[in-house]
Amino acid sequence: MKNKKNRPYREFLLQGNEAIVEGAIKAGCRFFAGYPITPATEISEAMSVKLPQVDGTFIQMEDEIASIAAVIGASLAGVKSMTATSGPGFSLMQENIGFAIMAEVPCVIVDAMRGGPSTGLPTSPSQSDVMQARWGTHGDHPIIVLCPSTVRECYDLTIKAFNLSEKFRNPVILLVDEVVAHMREKITFYDDEEVEIFNRIKPNMPPEWYIPYVDTPSGVPPMANFGEGYRYHVTGLTHDIRGFPTSRPDEIDPFIRRLFRKISQHFSELQFGDFYETDDADITIIAYGCVARSAKRAVIDARQKGLKVGLLKLNTLWPFMRTAVERVLNTSKIIIVPEMNMGQISREVKRVNKGSSKVFTINKVDGTIITPQEIQARIKEVA
Amino acid sequence: MPEITKLIHKYLRHDKKFPHVWCPGCGIGIMLGALIRAIDRCGFTKDEIVLVSGIGCTGRLPVYVDFNTLHTTHGRALAFATGVKLANPKLKVIVVMGDGDAVAIGGNHFIHAARRNIDLTAIIVNNSIYGMTGGQYSPTTPYGMKTTTSSYTHIEQAFSISELAVTAGAPFVGRGTVYHAKLLDSLMEKAFMKKGFAVVEVISHCHTQFGKLNKMGSAVEMMQWQRDHAVTVEKAANMTEEELKNKFKIGVLIDKDLPVYLDEYEKIREMAKTKNK
Repeated sequence: MKNKKNRPYREFLLQGNEAIVEGAIKAGCRFFAGYPITPATEISEAMSVKLPQVDGTFIQMEDEIASIAAVIGASLAGVKSMTATSGPGFSLMQENIGFAIMAEVPCVIVDAMRGGPSTGLPTSPSQSDVMQARWGTHGDHPIIVLCPSTVRECYDLTIKAFNLSEKFRNPVILLVDEVVAHMREKITFYDDEEVEIFNRIKPNMPPEWYIPYVDTPSGVPPMANFGEGYRYHVTGLTHDIRGFPTSRPDEIDPFIRRLFRKISQHFSELQFGDFYETDDADITIIAYGCVARSAKRAVIDARQKGLKVGLLKLNTLWPFMRTAVERVLNTSKIIIVPEMNMGQISREVKRVNKGSSKVFTINKVDGTIITPQEIQARIKEVA
Repeated sequence: MPEITKLIHKYLRHDKKFPHVWCPGCGIGIMLGALIRAIDRCGFTKDEIVLVSGIGCTGRLPVYVDFNTLHTTHGRALAFATGVKLANPKLKVIVVMGDGDAVAIGGNHFIHAARRNIDLTAIIVNNSIYGMTGGQYSPTTPYGMKTTTSSYTHIEQAFSISELAVTAGAPFVGRGTVYHAKLLDSLMEKAFMKKGFAVVEVISHCHTQFGKLNKMGSAVEMMQWQRDHAVTVEKAANMTEEELKNKFKIGVLIDKDLPVYLDEYEKIREMAKTKNK
């Protein structure tokens, strides 16, 4: 098909989970290991069909621990890799996510959030893994977490997740909620669409000069794949720049600080989100995931009634979008943070608020989505 | 230069990582010797070998050898190795584990790796105890023995790792001891050349923990125990059950041909592509 401007395109009706698979394959993902779990199973199913078509490999492992382990192993062997799960499986993966952070192995983990704690609500939406995504694995560590609210964003942010993981040699978590994972929307792919793909930087020096964990201006050392002649040691133990275990304070401190710095000094490259009608807004809603959709409707309706309401939609959850949030904190009198948990992002908003505005929350934990009406009611209440 | 010195210079990170962490008299060194001799005889290049381990005394082994080495989390070595092998089938992936690593915390991965038949070699050093953490009972600690977490007595039955591997479907399983070093060399060589999942169980000793707690004497005495209690598979065939009591078999326990995962997956790729056309 061609559109009005004679641009060839294809249209699909895709589920969020299916769009994640399309994005992953576009980004160069050629290995997937997973374990069935609602509401992420469609990703495994689609990967098992699509990956062998493009000479990739799909495997269903014995549990989520093995899934993330296989993903890390495949990435070390040079193949872009991904796994997908939901809350309970995400909990099981945490130790090895820490390994990937420690050994600086790029990989993408999708967590389709359902209600918790424990087995919780397998088929109902929730946004309660925001803090698990940030601090789920033990030890001090940096992490990148992206959160789509539309099917198109599922596709785009999956590609971004792969690019960022390759660029920073860090796991990237794609946090989707059950609504976005299962929702079907029209998605248009243009044939001439240019998609930026980033591949890990490899060493260009002879193997005897290669120092696998050396500091660089970007904070990210070049990464050699297994089998390419750069034999080095990969470990989950705290290691020196050559990759060997160390317990020397003068080696540990710069290493841990570099892990943080490689993310923090690229803060501005990691901020994805949208300001919608926020410039003159007295009330700004800060939302993410499926709730951002309800919030947008609420903003449109409020504007029709003459209320100055805006929306800041967060697509990056971690590192927290402090500068964007500070901007609306400074321009609006009132902030409302609706989320399907007991207040995981609102806590961060309150943390960066220096008293310039009042922060209100809507917390819904009954396994149903926050509706535009509920947000409108809250606007009326606090305005 | 003697043969062993050549091997040390070729395969060990002798200028980087030594001295090692193991106690004097530990069996892991003998197993490491067998490992590099077998690799040398099989003719693999250092670049094509990925040596994967988990946590524990045996888990520390990869850091000392000059291959692509991967020291993973506790019990998960086989799962990591699965990813490495599937992503790059040209690599020769060898996994070394201890008994706690392989059949306690990693037991699920172990039986599924055996069932799946991916081309990996799993070498398990079985010393019947958690050595690195100071001598707690493991799934292979025999009934009635003492450890720091069974100081009265051990009341659980022990796993037989090799029999578990056979039952789970591994096409090659061999058992040796660190006393029978030459047998260990040949078992490892056979395991490396086997197409499919191959297991070598290495009966070893931990005189520092297990030996001390159970009054079994020095490393030498514990190795003599191995000599006295091991029976070759060939010899065992002509022995009665009564004679085999309190003995264990060494040698090749099973060697059969089964479809290998990666060959089968290649068929899936062909099917996926033709169906897609």
